[in-house]
This record gives sequence, C-alpha cells and structure tokens, in this order.
Amino acid sequence: MVAVATGTQVEVYNPMGYPPKIEQLGMAPRLDTLEGKTVYLVDARFDDGDILMQQMAAWFHDNMPSVKTVVARKSGIHGEDDPNLWAEIKAKADACILGVGH
Amino acid sequence: MHCVTLESTYGVPTASVHTHVFERAVRMVAFAKGMPRQRFVFVPQPVMGKSPAELRAYADGIDPVTDRPVMTEVIDALTKPLTDEDTKRVSFERSTPRFVEPDSEDALQQRFLDNNWTDKLPIVLPTRERVDAMLHGTSREPDEVVGRMRPTNHREAWEFTVEKVAVNAVMAGARPEYLPVILAMAASGVTARPSTTSSSAAMAVVNGPIRGEIGMNWGTGALGPYNHANATIGRAYSLLSQNGQGGSEPGKTYLGSMGNAYGYSSVTFAEHEERSPWEPFHVQQGFKREDSVVSLFSGVRGTAYTLGVRERYWRQHVQNLLRGIDPHGGKPTFVLDPITARLFMERGGFDTAAKFLDWACEIATLPAGVFWDYQLVQNYTLPPALNGVEPYATWLKAKDDEMTPMWRRKDFQVLVVGGETNGYWRIFGGGYSKSVSVDDWR
Repeated sequence: MVAVATGTQVEVYNPMGYPPKIEQLGMAPRLDTLEGKTVYLVDARFDDGDILMQQMAAWFHDNMPSVKTVVARKSGIHGEDDPNLWAEIKAKADACILGVGH
Repeated sequence: MHCVTLESTYGVPTASVHTHVFERAVRMVAFAKGMPRQRFVFVPQPVMGKSPAELRAYADGIDPVTDRPVMTEVIDALTKPLTDEDTKRVSFERSTPRFVEPDSEDALQQRFLDNNWTDKLPIVLPTRERVDAMLHGTSREPDEVVGRMRPTNHREAWEFTVEKVAVNAVMAGARPEYLPVILAMAASGVTARPSTTSSSAAMAVVNGPIRGEIGMNWGTGALGPYNHANATIGRAYSLLSQNGQGGSEPGKTYLGSMGNAYGYSSVTFAEHEERSPWEPFHVQQGFKREDSVVSLFSGVRGTAYTLGVRERYWRQHVQNLLRGIDPHGGKPTFVLDPITARLFMERGGFDTAAKFLDWACEIATLPAGVFWDYQLVQNYTLPPALNGVEPYATWLKAKDDEMTPMWRRKDFQVLVVGGETNGYWRIFGGGYSKSVSVDDWR
C-alpha cells in the first residue's frame, strides 16, 4: 500500500454512487374551498395511522360540517400501490389526506 | 410516496401527513420523486400507541414543524393556489464527481467524516494508487456498472461501478484479493444500510474455495472481530452500501431509532463447511460445492442464544428462543457451532438441514390472538392476509386461542460456524435475501 504523507496535497476518489435523473412532476390543481366538498382520509397502514385519520375526520365534522369525509384504508402494506383506491378517490372525491407516511 | 401518485397521475390535490421526525426524509424523497414542492403536514411523533383522544389532540394542535394549527396546514395544502414553481415540469441530471478536491490527508479524513462517507471510524483514503491496486483484484473493467441500491423501497436507486466498489473497498482497508467477494455483495442489490426505523443490519456468509484462498475465518471468533478478511469485507460492503445508494444519514436517509452495531461489519463470516453435518449453505441454494458464493441476509436486528441441546427439554428450549423473536421482522436464521449442529442431528435425527428446519417451523407457533396483535404483524402481515395472500389468509381464520405459525417454512435458514470451543448457538432475527457467485466477479 502506498503511503500518503500528512500535509501534502493528495487526490482521492469520491465514494458516492450515481443518482438517477429527476423528472419533475406537476401537482394537481387546488380547490377554492373545502366547503361542500368530499375529502378522503386514507390510512396508509403504518402503525396507528387509521386512528389519526378518524380523528381528523371528526375534526371536520365538528368544525367544517359541510365537508363530507370518507375514511378509507389503503390495501396492502404501507409502501404498496393501491390503484383501485386511487381511482375511487379520483371518481368520488375532491381532495385527499393521506397519513401517516414515513 | 402515494401522494405523488395521487397528485401527478390522478390529479387529486393531496395533503401528506407525517410525524415531525420524518420531515427531512420525506422532503428528500419528494424531491427525488420529482415533486419537490409537495405539501406536507406534520404531527408530533409518535402516533403509534396513542388513544383516539390523544390523536384528536394532535388534530386540534400545532404542526411542530411550522408552529401553525395542524388542520389549518391541511386546509392550506388542499386549497392554497399553486404557483408556477409548483406546476412546472422540468427534468435535470444529477451527477457525482469522480474525484474529491485535493487536500491534505488530515483535511480529507475530516471531509469524509463531515460528508457522512464513513462509519465514523478512520478510513484508508482512496488514492489513485490504492484504487488502481485494488482494481487488480478483478478482471472486470472499472467503468462497468455493478448494480444499484436504495435505502428503502420508496427511495430512488443509485448506481455504482466496479471503480466505486473498489474505492469503498480501499476505504474499508480491504485487500485486492477480497474484491471479487465485495463485488458480488455489491451486485446483490441488497443494501447493508437500510433506512428502516427498526435499525436493521445485514449479514453475509461466504462458502466455497474462496474462503481459504483469501484467509477468511470460519472457526473460533469467526463472527468478529478477529479476522482481517471477515472484518474488512464486511466493512467494505457496509461502506459501499451507504455511499453507493446515496447516503445513510440519520434523519435523511437513515431512520433507525436506535442504530445497530452489527452495521460496522455486516456480520460477515465464512461457513464451517468441513465440520458441518449438513450440506454447505450455498449447496442448499443450488450451487455446486466447488463454487465460491456469498449469501446475503437482511433485517438483522436481534439475536437469541443459549448453550447446548439438553436431552430432556431441548425442543422447548428451541421453541422458547423462537418465541422471543418478532414474528414478522425477525425471520429466524439459526447460527450453530458445529458441536450444536451435530447434537441437533443426534437428538432429532435431522440428517439434513432441511429436516431440522422443517421441525423448527412446526414448533414455531403462537396463539393466533397474540400473533396478530404484534405491531409489525399488523403493519406487514395483516394487509396481505386481508388481500387473500397465502398462507397468511388461512392463518387469519384461526380463533384467538388456536395456535398459528409464526413464519413460513421458507423464512427459516441454518448456518454452521465456530471453532467448537463450546456448543453455543444462536438464532439471528434476519432473513435470507439472495446468493451471488463470487467466481463471476474474479
């Protein structure tokens, strides 16, 4: 092994890998208001997120009763896609709250 | 990141709710997924274990990141108009420079430390001369892509070349003759630096002629820290994992709550094939005995151990150890001293490793009510069970007081290692991922 003297300028390799290219995605248009709208509260199936979603729905009931809430559980484990639920939300809801992510 | 999908593919405005300790991590993921301005709402950690009243208080309370009411943040996330920055669709390349700006040795050691490129122990600086020497350990070209890794499934995978693996091998203090093993580990795609909150590590076992060729240890002290090849191969795999995948930094790319000392070496050792009563592990996986192979295990968090295989209650002792392991995350891998492996063979008539594991699977049971109440079972086993995935769907039909299996048969593995100084044995809670030919990387 070749020694490196302290104090001399040495050139060394960068150990990091190569990241993939990023394609920026557009966000969905926002609503003017939630009043009178349907909001899905989706439990992402991590720890006790279902209880938090139920309590957020209760907050709407108490504070914004015109908002229709639907509490749903995502199918599969937390990282697993659920296109059936996403399609249902697209068809039946105006907005979504999803938690608890990590 | 389901919110990115809902926003970009389904056009649904979405508020993504997280606990505050994940702030940096979720912003990094959103950036890499292409939605850097995704709208988040944060509640205090933890959510787990809180009562409905306590979680209602979260909803009524303050977002600990913004100091604004949680539900105000939710409403703003869904109704605050988008800006041009939110809606633009651009793409851009990211790159990693091949070299670090030249500096003194001390300054570079500090820079590697500050950049989280090390395991916080001193490293060997990867100079041109050292990396060139390391590359003589393989016939592969330096710019050949070896593989990709990611800290968790929802992160983006980063790519690394033979040269990048050699750089990390130099940093770990490995010798050129170890490089084919390290390349095979890198090619597995199994990271030794997962970001999971459970603080899991990897484990690696080497089989075949390469064990002796490079001086690995499968006898006394094989699991560490008493052999240069075992120690530095495991450290190289660990460093390559964290650097090759784009980092392993607490709060950003690593969320392990407690950390894991196994991560220094990724529990790397050779199997004691010569004194095992059973076929070597790689032969059990379909390789030839004369093949050199490295096998990776992941999710290694805990270890249960005891001494001996006592004549009267040995079955219960094994069952007790199995029941001490989490029934989802801790897929059981028996690590037996050769003395113990032979004792199991004599006590139970297990003339093959498969027969031993068949029996272990049969006795690994819990009352169904207890099994399904484990948090990790709730998180990871219940959802597929509800979707009809077998065998979990069948297990779910058991009444609370009926006994149910803790794992599938394929979740059980056994390795034989040790110097026969005594008949100790362990069960590592960590599952088998894959085996990779070392010969392909010579």
